[in-house]
Amino acid sequence: MSVLPPDLDAAGFAAFLDDLRAVVGPDWVWSSDEDMHAYRDSFSPVWNTEEERHASAAVAPADVEQVSAVVRVARKHRVPLFPISTGKNFGYGGPSPNVNGSVVIDLKRMNRVLEVNEARAFALVEPGVSYFDLYRAIEERGLKLMLDCPDPGWGSPVGNSLERGVGYTMPHFRDHFGAHCGMEVVLPDGEVMRTGMGAMPGAQTWQEYPYGFGPDPSGLFAQGNFGIVTKMGFRLLPLPEYYRTCLITVPKRRDFVKLVEHVNYLNDSGLIGEVEYGSPLRAKMADPQVMALITKAGGVSDAELDAAAEAAGLPCWQVELQFLGPERATYENWTFARDRILGDIPGAQAIEGEHFALPASEHQLDTPQQPWPSAIKRRRSLGVPSLGEWKIVRDDGHIGFFPVLPRDGEAVFEMQRVLGDAMKAFPTLPPFFNALTTPLLWHTHTFQMVFAPSIKHDDPEHNAISHAAMKRCVEVAAEHGWGDYRASPIYQDAVADTYSFNNHALRRFHEQLKDAIDPDGIVAPGRGGIWPRRFRA
Amino acid sequence: MRSVVVAAAVAALAFGVAQAQDGMRTGPTAPDLAEGKAVFAKWCAPCHAPNPGLAGTFALQHKYDGKVPAALENRTDLQPALVAYFVRNGVAWMPPFRPTEISDAQLAALNAYLTAPLDQRGAPAELLAEEMVQLRSEGQ
Ligand SMILES: Cc1cc2nc3c(=O)[nH]c(=O)nc-3n(C[C@H](O)[C@H](O)[C@H](O)COP(=O)(O)OP(=O)(O)OC[C@H]3O[C@@H](n4cnc5c(N)ncnc54)[C@H](O)[C@@H]3O)c2cc1C
Ligand code: HEC
Repeated sequence: MSVLPPDLDAAGFAAFLDDLRAVVGPDWVWSSDEDMHAYRDSFSPVWNTEEERHASAAVAPADVEQVSAVVRVARKHRVPLFPISTGKNFGYGGPSPNVNGSVVIDLKRMNRVLEVNEARAFALVEPGVSYFDLYRAIEERGLKLMLDCPDPGWGSPVGNSLERGVGYTMPHFRDHFGAHCGMEVVLPDGEVMRTGMGAMPGAQTWQEYPYGFGPDPSGLFAQGNFGIVTKMGFRLLPLPEYYRTCLITVPKRRDFVKLVEHVNYLNDSGLIGEVEYGSPLRAKMADPQVMALITKAGGVSDAELDAAAEAAGLPCWQVELQFLGPERATYENWTFARDRILGDIPGAQAIEGEHFALPASEHQLDTPQQPWPSAIKRRRSLGVPSLGEWKIVRDDGHIGFFPVLPRDGEAVFEMQRVLGDAMKAFPTLPPFFNALTTPLLWHTHTFQMVFAPSIKHDDPEHNAISHAAMKRCVEVAAEHGWGDYRASPIYQDAVADTYSFNNHALRRFHEQLKDAIDPDGIVAPGRGGIWPRRFRA
Repeated sequence: MRSVVVAAAVAALAFGVAQAQDGMRTGPTAPDLAEGKAVFAKWCAPCHAPNPGLAGTFALQHKYDGKVPAALENRTDLQPALVAYFVRNGVAWMPPFRPTEISDAQLAALNAYLTAPLDQRGAPAELLAEEMVQLRSEGQ
């Protein structure tokens, strides 16, 4: 399985590894097959095929000076580096690179929480700091702050936000890149740069004002390949006094359109946290008639779904709302939401759910007592990192496509129908898009839906189906203006291709930048679909 | 026939042990096992703690159907080489661990902990959230 970096022979590779060892010490460079196994993507749909991307070596610097020195060594030998922070990007490529033979620069050792400021509600961390680590740093000091974390707690604020990952609390914190403030980056020539107020010597506001003066390049480092981030600031929530939940149901299919408008209003006004849309009718999916109806080619009509709901004695839709804030404010916000929605949608109903003061007790974290079957994941909703959600993984892993669509009920119906019909070409996969599929309100202001076919290490045929379905789904979605928000290296070119306005002006701009600062592709060539001149030729 | 009987007896024995141990063990951990236990708490407990809802415990309950304890910390049949193999190579939906996450020395300590006599292991490792919630309530 051994691979070499592009354009390098075995002797050149050995000389390069020696230079790396001189920088980080002999214990922090790996290149044997045995050691490199853990740098493969164990959720890969192209596992053990020609298409799988393999790193040739890994190097683990201890600090920013070593990161710079590693970059200079790589530049001298023209070897592409692939930076990872915690390397847990499963579903999107794991720790594996875009280009075969790249050297993973594994920043896990740089694991210091540099600052947590309670009064001004921010943190400054190194790339190897996981959500678990940051949570511990806050809790051990008893600080009245709350994290916003993704499902898996072993990922990092830096790695997750550079993938534009998401969490589950208040609107402006769920978008992890949006909630960052200030970064330090090692550029492809080894130079260290700071963005925003970090560029001003003596400024005390690096984690408070993200822009500084002039253009703000920080966006280039998310899903991009313009540098290696070595420090990053994040805004944190002041620990809310209280947590409250409720359930709202609406009877008819088309009520979903109004429901979404109300929830948008509540979200955009900062009155609610993350929401869980769902359909009580999903409880009937084991009934073949219901299954046939919701997966019908061409989609369902209002009358058909309403009839099925009536026969089952269930409402068509529900939404679970979560409120965070002072106790009285959460009470007022909940009654406001209830009155607003029930006053507008005939037959809508509301149930008050669990509510309690924060921080939650162990019992409240472990044993939610909702008076309805709830889809809320208690820990992540309260910013408590865990690996509790790993149990949703099926087979040996999965790959993720989360198309972005308008926050509009009609758009939801359209995506259900269009992608539902398109994915009928892959009948062995579960019907991810069906007439009961509901959207996610994870990013602050947009909807996404889930397509996540599984992979199996010993079943290449199954993987080939998942792989083909992914590519097809990206294509069909793009024909309707729905784009992927994030993709594994093997799909990044295809996804970038769909963002093609004005003859790929955006990609051409990125290529110009890449050619100017990194023509040899030292930092993650191909990431984000951006290739420098050397690899385009 | 005989082997079936033996297998059943072994299974019954293992099951009895599992019943006695799952979540029940208390007491201190032998000092020389503390490092291995800390590695377990950080990297393994989030999926393998004795909570049936966690991915690892759930999967192993399913895999062995109670013939061995579902929680790894309660197993008495694990061999160091096998644990090391799983940690570095992963298994099914458990991804492998890199040397920057668990060093070879830490892996050796982890192996020592998971293969030590049960009475030296002490109470099972806590999940981080449990530890922190307790810490907060003590601080108040
Ligand atoms: C069951 C399950 C649930 C999940 N739930 C969520 C969820 O709720 N929310 C979510 O967002 N994701 C989720 N994921 C996806 C993924 O696991 C997380 O996003 C995870 O946090 C990403 O891994 P990481 O944080 O270790 O980032 P890394 O793997 O370290 O980084 C991700 C990528 O960013 C780039 N990068 C990393 N560090 C740097 C750097 N310092 N400089 C430049 N570039 C860098 C690299 O290209 C790297 O490949 C889930 C996955 C699974 C399997
Ligand atoms: C992300 C969740 C997760 C984490 C973290 C995790 N595991 Fe696992 N582990 C699993 C799952 C799931 C399985 C069962 C796989 C299967 O179905 O065979 C498993 C299986 C195993 C097995 C195989 C046991 C058997 O008898 O088949 C061993 C050994 C193991 N894990 C050890 C560890 C150790 C040691 C750690 C910590 C370094 C760890 N695991 C961390 C999820 C995890």
